[in-house]
Amino acid sequence: MDISDEVEAASAGSRRAIGRLLTRVERGERDLEALIHPRNQAQIIGLTGAPGVGKSTITGHLAARLARRGRVAVMAIDPSSPVSGGAILGDRIRMDSVLGEADVFIRSMATRGSEGGLSAAAPAAFRLLDAIGFDVIIVETVGVGQVEVDIAAAADTTVVVVTPGWGDAIQANKAGLLEVADVFVINKADRPGASDTRRDLELMLDLTATNDHSWRAPIVATIGTSAEGIEELIGAIDEHDTALEAQDLRGQRRRARTLLEVRSRVGLVVESRLDAALETEQISARIDSVAADGGDTLALVDALTELLFGFSDP
Amino acid sequence: MSGDEADTADHPVRVVLAKLGLDGHDRGLKVVARMLRDGGCEVIYLGLRQSTESIIAAVEQEDADIIGLSMHNAGHLTLAPKMVKAVADAGLDVSVIVGGIIPDPDVKTLLDAGVAAVLGPGASSDEVVAIARSVSRR
Repeated sequence: MDISDEVEAASAGSRRAIGRLLTRVERGERDLEALIHPRNQAQIIGLTGAPGVGKSTITGHLAARLARRGRVAVMAIDPSSPVSGGAILGDRIRMDSVLGEADVFIRSMATRGSEGGLSAAAPAAFRLLDAIGFDVIIVETVGVGQVEVDIAAAADTTVVVVTPGWGDAIQANKAGLLEVADVFVINKADRPGASDTRRDLELMLDLTATNDHSWRAPIVATIGTSAEGIEELIGAIDEHDTALEAQDLRGQRRRARTLLEVRSRVGLVVESRLDAALETEQISARIDSVAADGGDTLALVDALTELLFGFSDP
Repeated sequence: MSGDEADTADHPVRVVLAKLGLDGHDRGLKVVARMLRDGGCEVIYLGLRQSTESIIAAVEQEDADIIGLSMHNAGHLTLAPKMVKAVADAGLDVSVIVGGIIPDPDVKTLLDAGVAAVLGPGASSDEVVAIARSVSRR
């Protein structure tokens, strides 16, 4: 089957064709680009949060319900090992148990060297899924720490999931993950501490400067095991989506997505060149020498920058 | 660095790992998942209580190269050929590897039925990864 046949079959709903095309996207195949005709119709919902907060379960619940109103795809991202390049992609197992009979397309993606909580190919995958007719794309990021916030550039609505006992008001006011939330979820809300967590988040939001585009992230309590709060979460996501539309921000979201895709892909190229340069005999010897006898680390940085880009920033 | 070199890292072998039917012994499957990960493969871990249909659906969506089945319930002579047939019926170009407790006389039966490889409890990490690479289409 050639690529244009695959695109046709994928648009008609063939699981296998969609699966193969996503592989081509991950490989960055050039031939595919000309065949992706954006509809700009898909709503992209991102879920992020620390490992173990229940992202996959909530994603499964959301997908099952949203599948009643359109075609839903889930992109589940898990980390590649920086050592072997391999990955264990284990999100499906949690989604399957809550999806029931819902017709949802799930693809697991490994980060393959990207560090922002997504795979560099993720935005391109969203473009493809939009083009072949998906109405909703739910993206689950890797379990993140505090600063992996690429999802905010990639999604229309970013949902940040926390759990009771995740931290206090000081944690809430640190920069990073919490700044990018369009909607907060306090999952496992039947556990002790849920009201303290809500209070800390409210306090943080009170201190957040507002402007004409102000959107105060609503806080939704959920219980993954019983699907409690999921309808309310969908309501909050829809409300944010309506606000984006009303403020005419969709074009801006698409631009952010394009920027992210270009930046991540170029970033990977630059990083692999840097890694190669670090392994050259000349640079490696200078690193040995600085490590052993001290020396000018910044001069070494300048030398490497010069080597990579042909100039160094004084 | 040329573009071609970058492509090699972009073509990891993708393996769907599952237990088929009623069989709760998943420790071996988890060990194999780790071996494959450390060998540079991408493992889509489906875990317990899968059906041939759910495995085929996952293989299609994930564009996997290999199905790894772990069997400890003595159902391998029924279930493994059923999986091979489901793959053939779906027209998929995917290899089926079976691991777990498989009595010696049954190994040939499974291979004759179209299973690509059978791995026993003593299989080393290197063997597991080498076999995955050798039966993969990538």
